[in-house]
Amino acid sequence: MTVHTPIYLDYSATTPTDPRVAEKMIPFLTEHFGNPASRSHPFGWTAEKAVENAREEVAKLVNADPREIVWTSGATESNNLAIKGAANFYSGKGKHIVTIQTEHKAVLDAVRELERVGFEATYLAPEPNGLVDIEKFRAALRPDTVLASVMLVNNEIGVVQDIEALGNICREQGIIFHVDAAQATGKVNIDLEKLPVDLMSFSAHKTYGPKGIGALYVRRKPRVRLEAQMHGGGHERGLRSGTLATHQIVGMGEAFRIAREEMDLENARIRRLRDRLLTGLQEIDEVYVNGDMKQRVPHNLNISFNFVEGESLIMAVKDIAVSSGSACTSASLEPSYVLRALGRSDELAHSSIRFSIGRFTTEEEIDYTINLMKSKIGKLRELSPLWEMHLEGVDLSKVEWAAH
Amino acid sequence: MAYSDKVLDHYENPRNVGTLDKNDPTVGTGMVGAPACGDVMKLQIKVNEAGVIEDAKFKTYGCGSAIASSSLVTEWIKGKTLDQVMEIKNSDIAEELALPPVKIHCSVLAEDAIRAAVADLKAKQGNTQEAA
Repeated sequence: MTVHTPIYLDYSATTPTDPRVAEKMIPFLTEHFGNPASRSHPFGWTAEKAVENAREEVAKLVNADPREIVWTSGATESNNLAIKGAANFYSGKGKHIVTIQTEHKAVLDAVRELERVGFEATYLAPEPNGLVDIEKFRAALRPDTVLASVMLVNNEIGVVQDIEALGNICREQGIIFHVDAAQATGKVNIDLEKLPVDLMSFSAHKTYGPKGIGALYVRRKPRVRLEAQMHGGGHERGLRSGTLATHQIVGMGEAFRIAREEMDLENARIRRLRDRLLTGLQEIDEVYVNGDMKQRVPHNLNISFNFVEGESLIMAVKDIAVSSGSACTSASLEPSYVLRALGRSDELAHSSIRFSIGRFTTEEEIDYTINLMKSKIGKLRELSPLWEMHLEGVDLSKVEWAAH
Repeated sequence: MAYSDKVLDHYENPRNVGTLDKNDPTVGTGMVGAPACGDVMKLQIKVNEAGVIEDAKFKTYGCGSAIASSSLVTEWIKGKTLDQVMEIKNSDIAEELALPPVKIHCSVLAEDAIRAAVADLKAKQGNTQEAA
């Protein structure tokens, strides 16, 4: 079987919309174009029915009540609505927020914005394996803490936080607990009837649905209140105004239905591919896995290749579509803040690659990737004075570099 | 980031990659940059009795532009005298490779590498002359 390049191994950035999903969406652009808020004719009724069916599918994947699901434009909006909405609603109780340094920017920047308007925030460092220490989390909470936000699955390193333990601590102390689950749906089981979580953000396009649609879970019992961030026609019980994007919502519903039905089988297959990739790459010297390997989704492998520079690495591997820990397009080289928070050196953070595997990845593609990495890493190390020094036994940390 | 064809060519087929014996009295070695800054260049030159660079080798840890800048200077400096290579400016390198503004530092580093290699060689030869 031939392999077509570039090979897509960036499923954590986005996934293709599953053809079954796309097919379901199309009639809601053309035939069933009604506004779900139109109560006076069948065009509206058909659209409303489709929206409510989709709401049920989303709720089912995470074992929630459909009335707890609010449509948004994506996980970024869900995170903003949850964090700003809850912090502002409960600000009479206190003005302190706890989150983790490795959260997605949509969480970190929403918290930063709250700091700008008078809140205080604690950005807790994870352990070197990317996981949050439960006792350190407990210690970070204060009497005036109103909200804590911790992601379920990390987007860069794929580690899975112990949401149940963290949520129980928040429950004990009456703190609203928000969880960004954008990277988690279809990858880990989520049972919101059991999990002590008040707010949870979802995205469709990370789970083979369309871009531009997401949802926020807002717990009903005990009831969680939010201040709306988008004002208008009072859609979604006033929490998020704006005409519902019926076709997008139908797509998210179908994507989440497929995820619920197929995730067990799919995850087993993806885990085999990921382990094959890991075994292959570990035949290369001086490679370091970033993030815990046990408490991790099977879809993610984040690896640093020592003694090669990140941007040249990305150039070398243009036959595969992956993400790098290095933001090279900016004037100042900025290594991944997630890897830095784990205590990785700048060099290792720069030379990291996130491989994320998904529904359409094949074994041939994994084997091609292993061979490509072996040959390109070899070539770049041949070029690298640092690799040469390493082979000569020079301790690079003791060298005095002529910094510029 | 879009690279110029010349950068891509040097990156895909770097010229004069390798290592010369750094203990050879006719070899000058310049190592500039730092791993934490994202680039380290090692440039080595070997001069003949007439003071002309007859061989040059490099190794670079860095982005495509850094690799291309160092590869290019090894081509430029071969056959030139030490005084001539000291006249190579980073702007010449940046212009030849059509480096974008965010990559100008790569050409600066390549210029620094030439100067460091020449300085190393002169220091070595100064020492030998004094000893003789």
